[in-house]
Amino acid sequence: MAGESLGFIFLNAAVINNFVLALFLGICPFLGVSAKRATAWNMGLAVIFVMLVSSVSAWGINWLLTRFEIEFLRLICYIAVIASAVQLVEMMMKKFSPALFRALGIFLPLITTNCAILGVALFQTFREYSFLQCLAFSLGAGVGFTLALTLMAGLRERLELSRVPDVSQGAAMTLMLAGLLSLAFMGFAGLGGQHA
Amino acid sequence: MTQPAAEQAVPSTPRIPMLRTLGLVAALSGFLVVLAHHLSLPLIEENKRIAIERALFKVIPGAVTRRDFQLTADDIEPLGEAAPAQGMHLYAGYDAKGALAGVALEAAAQGYQDVIRVLYSYDPACECIRGIQVLKMAETPGIGDKIAKDPDFLRNFEALDTRLDPTGSGLANAIISVKHGSKSEPWQIDAISGATISSKAVARMLNDSTQQALPVIARHLDTLQQPAGGTP
Amino acid sequence: MSLPERHEAVTADTFLRGLWQENPVFVMLLGMCPVLAVTNSAINALAMGLATTFVLLCSSSLVSLLRKMIPKQVRIATYIIIIATFVTMVDYAIQAISLDLYNALGAFIQLIVVNCMILGRAEAYASKQRLGATLVNGLGMGTGFTIALLCLGSVREILGAGSLFGVQLFSDNFQPWVVMILPPGGFFVLGAWLLVFAWYRQRRERRLLEQEGVTTDGR
Repeated sequence: MAGESLGFIFLNAAVINNFVLALFLGICPFLGVSAKRATAWNMGLAVIFVMLVSSVSAWGINWLLTRFEIEFLRLICYIAVIASAVQLVEMMMKKFSPALFRALGIFLPLITTNCAILGVALFQTFREYSFLQCLAFSLGAGVGFTLALTLMAGLRERLELSRVPDVSQGAAMTLMLAGLLSLAFMGFAGLGGQHA
Repeated sequence: MTQPAAEQAVPSTPRIPMLRTLGLVAALSGFLVVLAHHLSLPLIEENKRIAIERALFKVIPGAVTRRDFQLTADDIEPLGEAAPAQGMHLYAGYDAKGALAGVALEAAAQGYQDVIRVLYSYDPACECIRGIQVLKMAETPGIGDKIAKDPDFLRNFEALDTRLDPTGSGLANAIISVKHGSKSEPWQIDAISGATISSKAVARMLNDSTQQALPVIARHLDTLQQPAGGTP
Repeated sequence: MSLPERHEAVTADTFLRGLWQENPVFVMLLGMCPVLAVTNSAINALAMGLATTFVLLCSSSLVSLLRKMIPKQVRIATYIIIIATFVTMVDYAIQAISLDLYNALGAFIQLIVVNCMILGRAEAYASKQRLGATLVNGLGMGTGFTIALLCLGSVREILGAGSLFGVQLFSDNFQPWVVMILPPGGFFVLGAWLLVFAWYRQRRERRLLEQEGVTTDGR
C-alpha cells in the first residue's frame, strides 16, 4: 500500500511480520548459523548490507522492466543481481575488512540462496513500494533477521549447558525454540495501532 | 564460489567458450520464458476476469453484466481492458434489462496482521452500501477472519447508510465501527466481539473510500446509467 | 574442460535414496522455507511439492544435458539462470491453472529458485551424471520432498482446521487448534516430525547393536 509511513514499514518488517519467525524466509541460515552469538551477529550485519543493496537494485530493475513491459524477466534479473551483489560484498569485505571476511568465511556465498534476500525484492515489488519505502522495508527486514538470529543464538548457547533428551538434540530442539520465539513475536501483532 | 586446491589441475577456460555457453543458455532461457508467458497470458486473463466477476455479481444483487469505469476527483470515464491509470477502478453492474443494479469499488486498509482488501457495492437508488466481499486478508483464523464469514457482521452491510451531506461533498454521517451490540444508527457497523481491530479496519476503509467516491458518483450518475451503446 | 566422470548405474536405490536416507527435508534440512510457509493446508503442500519437483526435474535434466559444455567458472550462474527460467514457467502455469492456489502459495512459488535443494542437486549430481540417473534421482528427491511437505501439511490442517484437503473430518464441536495453521505451528510440527524420526532411528540403532551382541553402557 503506497500510503504507509516509513516508520511503520520498518517496524512491520522488523518485528510485526518478522521475516524469519512470521514469514518463514531465511530459515536455512537461521538453523545453520545460529549456534553462536558472535557468528549470528556478523551474519546478520552481512545480510542487512546485502538486503539494502539488493533492494535498491531490485527497485531500479523493476522500474526499467516496467518501462519496457518485459516483466516476465523479473525473477531472472533479480536473482542475477542478488548473486552479483553478494560477490560485490565479498570482494569489498576482502579488501576493506579482511578480519570480518575471515570471520564470516563460508557464510557469505550462502547468502545468495538466502530466500530472505529474494523475498525482500519480491515483496517490495508486490506491494509497489516507492524508493524510500523500499529502503525502510529492506532495513527493517535485515534488522528483524539479525534480531531473530541473535535471539536464537543466545538461546542455543544457553541450551548447550542444559540436559535435553537425546532424540531432540539438533534441529528438532532448534525448531521447537523457534516455534516459541515465533509465538512470542505474535504478541507484536497490532503494534502499528490505528494506521491508515 | 570457493575452489578447492584439487581443481586447480583443470586448466582455466578461455573466454570465448564461457561467453558462448552463457549466451546460449541466456537465449534458451529467454525463449522458454517468452513462450510460457505468451501461452499462459490468455488463460490468466480469463481467470482474473472470472474471479472479479464472481465477487462482483455476488456483491451487487441482480447484476448480470458489467462495465468498468475510471473514477477520478472530477470525472467518471469508461474504461477498456487496461487498469485505471489514476483514480479508482469502478465496476458498474447492470441487470437483465440493462438498468444500473449497483456499482462496486475496492477498498483496503491495514488490519490486525496485514492489509485487508474488500470489494463493496453501492446502490445509488437507496444511497447505501449493499454488501461487501473480502478479497484478501491475513487475519487470525477463527477470530479476525470472521469479517469474511460471520453472518451477523455481514448483515451490517445489507443497507449501510451512506447518504451524502447537503453540500454533496462528503458523507452526512461517517461510517464508524461501534462496540458489539451497541449499533443504533444505520451508518454504524457492529464490530465482532474479540476482533475489534479487524472490524475497525473495515469501517475505516469503507469510510475513506465512500467519502472520496460517492460525491463523484452522485454528480455523474447519468454516465453510469447508460447501458453500453448509448440511449438508456 | 571437465573432470573425468564416474557414472552411477541407475538402480532402485537411486530413486529410493531421496525418499528416506537422503530425504531433503527431514535428513538434509534443505529447502526449509517453503516447508514451513506453505504447509498450512494439505492441498497447498501438495501443489508446492509438485511445482518444486517439476523445477527440479527440468533444471537437472537441462544441466545434465549441457554438463559437458558448461565451464567451471560460470557454472553456478548458469544453473541459477536455468532454474529461474523453469520457476518463471511454473509461476505462469499455476496462475493459468488456478488463481486461488496462486494466491495461497504467494511469493513462495518464485522463491523455489533459491531452494537450496535444487541448486545443490544441480551442483552435486546433475553436473556429473548422465541424463537417466539424473532424472531418476531427481524424481526420488522430489517425491521425498513432496511426501515431507504432505506430512506437515496434513498434520497442520487436521489439527488446525479439522479438515484434510478441504474435506471436514470432525463434527462442529471440534475446536481447531488454530496455532497449528499459524507460523509457530509450522515450527512445532516440523520439530515434532524430526523428533519422531530421530527417536525411530535411535531405536533401530539400539536394536542393531543388541543383535550384534554389543552391550550398551549401563543406563
